Amino acid sequence: MATISSTPMNALLAQGKPRSRRAVRVQEWFIMAALAGCGIFSLATTVTIIYALSIETFHFFQMEDVSLGEFFGTFTWSPLLGAEKHFGIWPLINDTLLVAGVAMVVALPLGLITAIWLSEYAHPVLRAILKPILEVLAGIPTVVFGFFALTFITPNLLRWEWWRSASGEPMNPLGFGTYNAMSAGIAVGIMCLPIVTSLTEDALRAVPRSLREGAYGLGATRFEVSVKVVTPAALSGIIAAFLLAIARAVGETMIVALAAGNTPKMTLNPAEEVQTMTGYMVMIFLGDASNFGPEYLSSYAVAAMLFLMTFLLTVIGHRIRVKYRQVYE
Amino acid sequence: MNQRPQAYSSRRKRRILDRSFVIVCVAAASMSIVALTVLIGAILYQGMGHLDWAFLTGSPSRSAEKAGMLPAMVGSIYACVICASVAIPLGIGTAILLEEYRPKNRWLAKAHQFIQLNITNLAGVPSVVYGILGLTAFVSFFGVSSSVNEPAWEFGVSHYDEFFDMTGDYVSVPLSKRSSPTVELREGLQGYWGPQREMVTLKPVEDPARWKQVKQQFDEAIAALTVQPDAPGYEQAHAAAARPFAGYVRASAQPIRTSEKAHWYVCIPFGRGVLAGGMTLMLVVLPIIIISSQESLRAVPNSLRHGTLALGCTRWQMVWKMTLPSAIPGIMTGSILAMSRAIGEAAPILIIAGIVYITFTPEHLMDDFTAMPLQIFDWAGRPQTAFHHVAASGIIVLLAVLLSFNALAVIIRQKTQKPLG
Repeated sequence: MATISSTPMNALLAQGKPRSRRAVRVQEWFIMAALAGCGIFSLATTVTIIYALSIETFHFFQMEDVSLGEFFGTFTWSPLLGAEKHFGIWPLINDTLLVAGVAMVVALPLGLITAIWLSEYAHPVLRAILKPILEVLAGIPTVVFGFFALTFITPNLLRWEWWRSASGEPMNPLGFGTYNAMSAGIAVGIMCLPIVTSLTEDALRAVPRSLREGAYGLGATRFEVSVKVVTPAALSGIIAAFLLAIARAVGETMIVALAAGNTPKMTLNPAEEVQTMTGYMVMIFLGDASNFGPEYLSSYAVAAMLFLMTFLLTVIGHRIRVKYRQVYE
Repeated sequence: MNQRPQAYSSRRKRRILDRSFVIVCVAAASMSIVALTVLIGAILYQGMGHLDWAFLTGSPSRSAEKAGMLPAMVGSIYACVICASVAIPLGIGTAILLEEYRPKNRWLAKAHQFIQLNITNLAGVPSVVYGILGLTAFVSFFGVSSSVNEPAWEFGVSHYDEFFDMTGDYVSVPLSKRSSPTVELREGLQGYWGPQREMVTLKPVEDPARWKQVKQQFDEAIAALTVQPDAPGYEQAHAAAARPFAGYVRASAQPIRTSEKAHWYVCIPFGRGVLAGGMTLMLVVLPIIIISSQESLRAVPNSLRHGTLALGCTRWQMVWKMTLPSAIPGIMTGSILAMSRAIGEAAPILIIAGIVYITFTPEHLMDDFTAMPLQIFDWAGRPQTAFHHVAASGIIVLLAVLLSFNALAVIIRQKTQKPLG
């Protein structure tokens, strides 16, 4: 690659005889059009997503045994039971939020504290060790986390070896099943940890030095500076990071498809088998449901709900992020 | 400050709090190291036993011992190459549009901003939704044809109606298109026959006695062959002896519809093939490539742009000769990381291709395929523990590929990292 300082002059001189202005202008115009085409492609992607989801969702609600009132007003989701089909979306949403909730219990505190440590405490050497580890963790495919949840976390939860009963028998006090929300949630949490950490750290690092120096000048300890000064100052950025992480957890597919199970139910017990929205979509697209039956089309309605939820979380997250950027830069 | 003053909390107490928070921090920070170590350890422990050359070159099998992942690896390579060749130019183009071509016109500036907002939102769309988008846009092309198995347009394919003739071979009668009506058997119909694809004329035989008579002659001709059935050259000798009897079919024979696809076979809609899978992955990674390319372009100092423009360059000359070369290391790093995301992405491919039992590598762009994460999902979802070990071996292969991608990105970043401006 040419060195930067000499590029423009050399390159222009190397171009040979100057082309006519007209030719250059025509070329510029074509390039502009091509670039605008790239931009329009991304818009078209969004439009197509919305079109694809809404048209099939519309078809779904057109079917005779489905209604909008049932969809939002009832609490049973059993689309595969031959005669007695029920399409009430709430169990799926409940289970999605349950798994995301477990994930956030794991990811948010750990991610926040890790980010505070990275930004305020860590020695550069330790930082240089931890950052690549987080990058590797962020790069691990979700199907690997799913496998990990199914073959490592679940068996350990089932065994519960560290709380052995008096007779030495392995206990299972909460009644964990082979598939449960807890195991999937923990795996989703580990998956979200790098996102929370890096976004939160960005927010913390954006807090101006003067704030920290002022606090130290008043005699604050490091703990007081990081927790009582820097963290509140970066709060909007941290909240944005949390929202984006929740959006990721809600949209996560492979982990819940492998580890959370296939039984949608209204429950808050993470030890039970559940089914999230994404898990339901995977089940339908993998199974041999007929291509036009209500159960097949219902997956589009579920996808539309999922899209709406993640879209809202992302939009709010970015709004907050942009706002805080304006404050501190 | 409406909080109570801190003065009365003793200095000792504050110091203890400070110290203990450091411990909490280190504990939390080391949790991610612990998680990664346990994850890798559990997978290596389960998967190392099965990982060998036969696994890398074998095909999926009903028995866990024989299962391999060659078709999945080749499928991933196909999908990734398709994805990269579309997503990288498109992503860089969009990034250039957003960073280098900021319009002055008020309405265009609004549109520009909207595209930017749109890309941030696209980056947050769950990949499974992209799978549904791919299903609508690529697999069925918005429902252009009534069935995925019946493409609306296709190129590089020949369709045949095949008749089973007396010699035990097929006579393939070429058709003009997939939807052609079934060929009516009649005297003088021509078709390809035998290993040499010779043109023969079909001779429908109605009279059973006549059929018997010709069949007997054919049997005698075959019996008269001097070459042993296992010896080399038998095929040719058999074909030569059978040649005079080619095309004799019973008048009641019904043809079978077959087709022969070239490796450049293209059809629209794409169907559940590797092209549709690759294009869907392209949609998933496009926002990532755009955002990382934008960041690299933004890192190029403005003074360089101004200098180039002051020398009389047009905007595109500035981008092509100046901004892009300076930003290309960052763009490449971002693109490689995006590709590693594409390789590991399972959900959209799962929606597009489903879990199919595939023991071959794709022969053309529309061929059914499977990918590494999908194959791992399939193995991991089975109840038998033996298959879990196979899945773990598959994960080791996948992680090895991803780690080498990450290492490549790090190397590029370090080789080319130099301060600009």
